[in-house]
Amino acid sequence: MTYTSRRAVGLALTTLTGLAAFIMVAMLALILLDVVANGAGHVTWEFLTQPPSDGMMGGGIFPAIVGTAALTLLMTLAVMPVGVLTAVYLHEYAPPGSRLARWVRVAVVNLAGVPSIVFGLFGLGFFILFVGRGMDRMLGHEEMYWAQPGILWASLTLAVLTLPVVIVSTEEALRAVPLDHRTASLALGATQSQTLARVVLPGALPGILTGTVLAISRGAGEVAPILFTGAAYFLPDLPSRLNSQFMHLGYHTYVLATQSPDVEATRPLLYATVLVLLLLTFALNLVAVIIRTRTRRKAAGAH
Amino acid sequence: MDRQAVMQQGLAETIPVPRLSPEARRRQLREKAIAGFITLMAFTGIAALVLILVFVAKEALALFTEAEARHEASLSKMFLPQVVRQGRPPAFVWQPVSNVPKVSMIPLFIGTLKTTAVSMLVAVPVGVFGALYAAEFAPRRLRELLKPVIELLAGIPSVVLGFFALMVMATVLQDAFGLHTRLNAVVAGLGLALAIVPVIFTVAEDSLTAVPRSYREASLALGATPWETAWKVVLPAAAPGILAACVLGFGRAIGETMIILMASGNAAIVSANLGDSVRSLSATIAAEMGEVVVGSTHYSILFFIGVQLFLFTFVLNMLASAWTKRVIKRLTGSAS
Repeated sequence: MTYTSRRAVGLALTTLTGLAAFIMVAMLALILLDVVANGAGHVTWEFLTQPPSDGMMGGGIFPAIVGTAALTLLMTLAVMPVGVLTAVYLHEYAPPGSRLARWVRVAVVNLAGVPSIVFGLFGLGFFILFVGRGMDRMLGHEEMYWAQPGILWASLTLAVLTLPVVIVSTEEALRAVPLDHRTASLALGATQSQTLARVVLPGALPGILTGTVLAISRGAGEVAPILFTGAAYFLPDLPSRLNSQFMHLGYHTYVLATQSPDVEATRPLLYATVLVLLLLTFALNLVAVIIRTRTRRKAAGAH
Repeated sequence: MDRQAVMQQGLAETIPVPRLSPEARRRQLREKAIAGFITLMAFTGIAALVLILVFVAKEALALFTEAEARHEASLSKMFLPQVVRQGRPPAFVWQPVSNVPKVSMIPLFIGTLKTTAVSMLVAVPVGVFGALYAAEFAPRRLRELLKPVIELLAGIPSVVLGFFALMVMATVLQDAFGLHTRLNAVVAGLGLALAIVPVIFTVAEDSLTAVPRSYREASLALGATPWETAWKVVLPAAAPGILAACVLGFGRAIGETMIILMASGNAAIVSANLGDSVRSLSATIAAEMGEVVVGSTHYSILFFIGVQLFLFTFVLNMLASAWTKRVIKRLTGSAS
């Protein structure tokens, strides 16, 4: 074959790869267009602030929004300290070639791959049936108080699920803090923990925030882990205690899509719910992307 | 040897260890406590992984220890064909809630395999080719745009993808191919493909960009076209990473729950037809755990399925990370 004909074949195949990339973008656009076109008209102030009514055929999604927010807030409170400190250990405290650090890394990689439904089983088996029952026994509750699905257990389950996200992005953020800053701080007589608290962590803050936002976005969309750990089908009341069940945007989507007696009647509600959920996760992702590009630019400028 | 020992002795004698002030000693103690606390925190990740396996397995353990459960769901009843009705050939049936529970997991394995196969068939070519385009051919501007867009696709919650497959893709496919069941392995598999394409793309793209530029320059200088360079030089160099990408996508597809639960029809049918409804391992747990009596045999079986899912994905993950490490070692090792 001559070079020209080889080149022509190559160009054809290159176009094919471009097509593959285009398909991915097109699918994203299709999903967004479909959801926006069918859902935008129904997202009103009433929809966002009213509880569902008429057996889920009307009303809004206010309890689901509050439930999702409360769930992810609790999750963030649980996962951030643990995740950040684990990353701090891996990057700042672990001695070089540390076996513990290697094991932690292996565990984190595998934790990220555990199917979300298995996290649901874990939440049920560990938090509710083991920890919850143990707490009931110790605190002397006659009836089940902690040994039942509730927002605390669901958020802790999600915290375990999002732990790898926080660890990985915090470690990346710590890596971006120049070594000079640490040595300068230590040379001035600061201890390691002072260096960590006043120099390293503030320097890594944007990256840590990115990780938090990504974890929230991931946690807000996961449904499988909360199926048996606290999500409720229909609950007009907002969660008021740590053991109350709660409504959730993702679970609400699942319920409306699969268990509605009249699909056509719930269709607008369903689309509007999906639109709100998508807007929420995309907004969070967008914030993460913006923080990240800004810090990368700053880091590039500093060197 | 001797001289060194003498020197050290001399040093130890001439330079006394400085006495720490109580203040400094307190500070040192505090530093140690903080380091200890942080080290303790690092165990959480390991503990979580171990606890997941232990507590999911613990609930499944009754299958092997209790006589009644062992009778109702023995290994042969779960994995070998059973005579369901007198006079019929033995078959695999999943009907855990009936007078005589039938607990063959083979229909669920087949369901998982069918949806996973469909999704891989679509997602591997699209993901790998897309990554090849982004890494080798795309103009810089387009690449900068492509990566965040794929990240957005990855950020879509799986329940939304399931919803899309259920509401839109199922109807489109049924109209186009006249399938007799609206929800089937193809619909679920295509929905699944949407979830794993970003995984495959991201990992594949990372390993393709890790290939040193000198490889490409050498190939082009020898007279290869850009396509030949990409296909015969860059892609083979990044092969373990591409394989890792596919394995990670595969693991994700096996464990993915909501998409299949919503779009597969959830009928445990044993057939080779992709147009039939299927019930996967993960969707079975999600669908049946809500109605099951805690501690019953059925309950233990669902946890046993969870153990299997955990082990499958664990092995796939270990393989993927070993391969990714290999590609990095190979490329950085030969470049230096």
